[in-house]
Amino acid sequence: MATPHDESTATETITIEVDGRELSARKGEMIIQVTDRAGIDIPRFCYHEKLSIAANCRMCLIDVEKAPKPLPACATPVMDGMKVFTQSRRAVDAQRGVMEFLLINHPLDCPICDQGGECELQDLSMGYGRSVSRFTERKRVVKDKNIGPLVATDMTRCIHCTRCVRFLEEIAGTAELGAVGRGEHTEISTFVERNINSELSGNVIDLCPVGALTNKPFRHTARPWEMRARPYVGTHDCLGSHLHYHTRGGRIMRAVPRDNEAVNECWLADRDRYSHFGLASADRLTTPRIRVDGRWRETDWNTALEVAAGSLKDAGQDLGVLMSPRATAEEHLLAARLARGLGSENIDHRLRVNDFSHPRTGLARLDRPTRDLAGGDAIFLVGSNIRQEQPMLGHRVRTAWRKRDAKIADLNPVAYDFHFDLVERLIVAPQAMVDTLARVAKAAAEISGRSLPEGTLGEFIAAREPDSRDLHVARLLDAAETGIVLLGDGALNHAQGGWLRGLAEWLAEALGVALMVLPGPANSAGAAAAGALPGEQGLDARAMLDDSRSTYLLWDLEPGFDLADPQRAGSALQQADSVIAVTAFISEEMERLASVMLPLAPVPETGGTWINADGHRERLAAVGKPPGQAREGWKILRRLGEMASVDGFEFATLDEVSDRLGEHQSVDAFGSLGLEQPEATDADTLWRIGDVPIYAGDTLLRRAPALQQTTHAGPTRAHVHSATAERHGLENADRVRVIQGDASVELPLVIDDRIAPGGVWLPAASCVTHELGAASGEIRLEACR
Amino acid sequence: MNAVIRYLRSLMLLELLRGMGVTWRFGRAPKPTLNYPEEKTPKSPRFRGLHALRRYPNGEERCIACKLCEAVCPALAITIESHQREDGTRRTTRYDIDLFKCIYCGFCEESCPVDSIVLTDISEYHMESREEKVVDKQQLLAIGERFEDSIAANREQDAKYR
Repeated sequence: MATPHDESTATETITIEVDGRELSARKGEMIIQVTDRAGIDIPRFCYHEKLSIAANCRMCLIDVEKAPKPLPACATPVMDGMKVFTQSRRAVDAQRGVMEFLLINHPLDCPICDQGGECELQDLSMGYGRSVSRFTERKRVVKDKNIGPLVATDMTRCIHCTRCVRFLEEIAGTAELGAVGRGEHTEISTFVERNINSELSGNVIDLCPVGALTNKPFRHTARPWEMRARPYVGTHDCLGSHLHYHTRGGRIMRAVPRDNEAVNECWLADRDRYSHFGLASADRLTTPRIRVDGRWRETDWNTALEVAAGSLKDAGQDLGVLMSPRATAEEHLLAARLARGLGSENIDHRLRVNDFSHPRTGLARLDRPTRDLAGGDAIFLVGSNIRQEQPMLGHRVRTAWRKRDAKIADLNPVAYDFHFDLVERLIVAPQAMVDTLARVAKAAAEISGRSLPEGTLGEFIAAREPDSRDLHVARLLDAAETGIVLLGDGALNHAQGGWLRGLAEWLAEALGVALMVLPGPANSAGAAAAGALPGEQGLDARAMLDDSRSTYLLWDLEPGFDLADPQRAGSALQQADSVIAVTAFISEEMERLASVMLPLAPVPETGGTWINADGHRERLAAVGKPPGQAREGWKILRRLGEMASVDGFEFATLDEVSDRLGEHQSVDAFGSLGLEQPEATDADTLWRIGDVPIYAGDTLLRRAPALQQTTHAGPTRAHVHSATAERHGLENADRVRVIQGDASVELPLVIDDRIAPGGVWLPAASCVTHELGAASGEIRLEACR
Repeated sequence: MNAVIRYLRSLMLLELLRGMGVTWRFGRAPKPTLNYPEEKTPKSPRFRGLHALRRYPNGEERCIACKLCEAVCPALAITIESHQREDGTRRTTRYDIDLFKCIYCGFCEESCPVDSIVLTDISEYHMESREEKVVDKQQLLAIGERFEDSIAANREQDAKYR
């Protein structure tokens, strides 16, 4: 199998002639690449610029001078002075012949096929097919496969271009599909009947040139010609993949990728593709509600806003504002303006952060743009399950490994399942991560000869003794031309996250490599830029809940699922006089805690500005109509601000707010890095590894039905290493009682040697753990009898 | 001279006699007027009247929600919503035709790959309130069921020209 030509290595330019036109080409390129660049159309099915070349559909046969027979344009390298004819009798006859063969076994069921109207085979058969079939024999029928809740199959329609096979093998890195059998008996299948579990699996839908692989939740609901494409971004990770939402009559029907080489190339993660189905969830809040004598009553906007504005005014500086990072930058800006106007500096969007000791906690630091991950030679992942946290960045790391043979190492509490090989894995318990990273830093100091920093940080590093593996990691980074240290969510939300960041910053500086600290979920960068951060005297998200406020404003979040410490949040909110919940969905928990519920139209039903990790701004227009009386966030805030008589709410359009965003460009960080020696933990202490599962990160994802049916959204269980189980007498326990502070819950136990001894992998944001304590920190396990 | 001849001719009442001749001729000829509604003219099998949705002989509805009729309709009179029925087939959940918008061009029938939407030869129908101008899927299917025999006979007659 040939690989597409790597652009960076080709230098020599040659000239070829296509249909009488002189075209310059790089040596070693395939003809189709040259003609594509020149805008000359050659029909094709199996060729895709991002995938390897298979040359098995034969649709791109063209006529080359002196060649005895037509050659496939996708697999014929250019040669100097080559004369190519794409429209000659021989080329067109060959293409027509291929089309006739392809149509032999293709069913003529376009009217019921979801691809109808956007089908490459349908389009090309208009140009190259016969109007009447000469085939009178029986057509082949292939049994359908069940490959999971996201992709629907109709394998009879398959033309065996193997794009899906190559995508999963090369891009997604899972090789879950393959071609079985030969000739007419060829079938694309999963070998053994099973689901496709890749986090990028939805892309095979776009790649499939026919209707063999289609979007399952979207199935049979709309036709391509009746939908409008509206540009938007993915709202679940800090990359903000570019996409188009296809709408029909104000309803979002599906999401497809929008090409942007700097962000998501031409791919889209399943999380962004299928999350919008959650907007139609049955628990959408469509009318404002207020609590009267302990009972919920539906009311009109004015009454609800008056109640809310009243509590806001009463609270004054005792107000605490917790913003979801999925709000637009304008919403963050207005919420901050409202809080500050009322005299409160307590506003934060860093909801899952446990440790705020680093002054720039939750703020991005990208020494290189994220796209450069694909150009890294050595990448050190610190507390990052990048494949699940940022599927598209995971793909970039994989690209670096695949194309540049990058050396990748990680420091994680779980040996996560990556789609690239790692040369060194430092899998340590979460309580030992700081220690291990300090050892790597010490090794870096020894290699680079840099003097250690002053203060606690330096002393801490100096006291470490690196072993050979720590040295290996430091050497890898040191030797690399492009070294990258990447801090992911595991480090951001770690109970000693300040230490991890401080150490990583020094490590990167000592070795002269780039540091990438991702800013956390969704629009975190936009929130920071808009000033949704506590002021100098303000309380951060954790402190606001440690010390109960009289009034809270909760923006599009569920306390048990979206906050670092659900137990603490629950009790703080319970004690508060009033909790104003601006929310798109009702939950039982919300009904218990809130005093006013205002129906919100969340992204993508609202317009606004989205800033991704790289600082790339997207000004978005609202897509889809919000149901009932739900309103866009900026409108709600405008009325609230006006009713609470706060200045700065006299605007009429969103643009007036967006224009002000620039003023908050510089993000102030208060205080200095004040680290205290981390407490030594004894060997029997267990720490929780409270990762957020890929499809549980926010209110919308948790309600997306198709995503919740995938294996990634399986039941929550406590995973421990066999050594941990032995030490704590849990070898034979099926279920354990998990205890954090006063909260405890009974769960199934799984012995899983991917977990570092001393750690308990118990994901956050699930129905089981929403009453437990902090996602990172001490935890106890007891066997259930 | 001419004026004199014309004058003499007029005395002979020739125009009157010619006119009477016409009256006489037509008075005796067979009458083309029909006593509608007791009497009706014959209709072509291609007549384009009220819409109907047909079923297969086994009772299964023909429509597969391909939406080609909706796409081809020049008056935007058809509204379709579709879903996947429990047995996995593609079916409509809504099939509305606005009879006031419809211009009876017959494109929908022509575009239908399964001969589901048809224009019957029914030209006599009325509605008592404005809302009734929109006929929904159930009504269309009911029309199809009721007139299936004549619909099928008309298609059969016309089949050799298609």
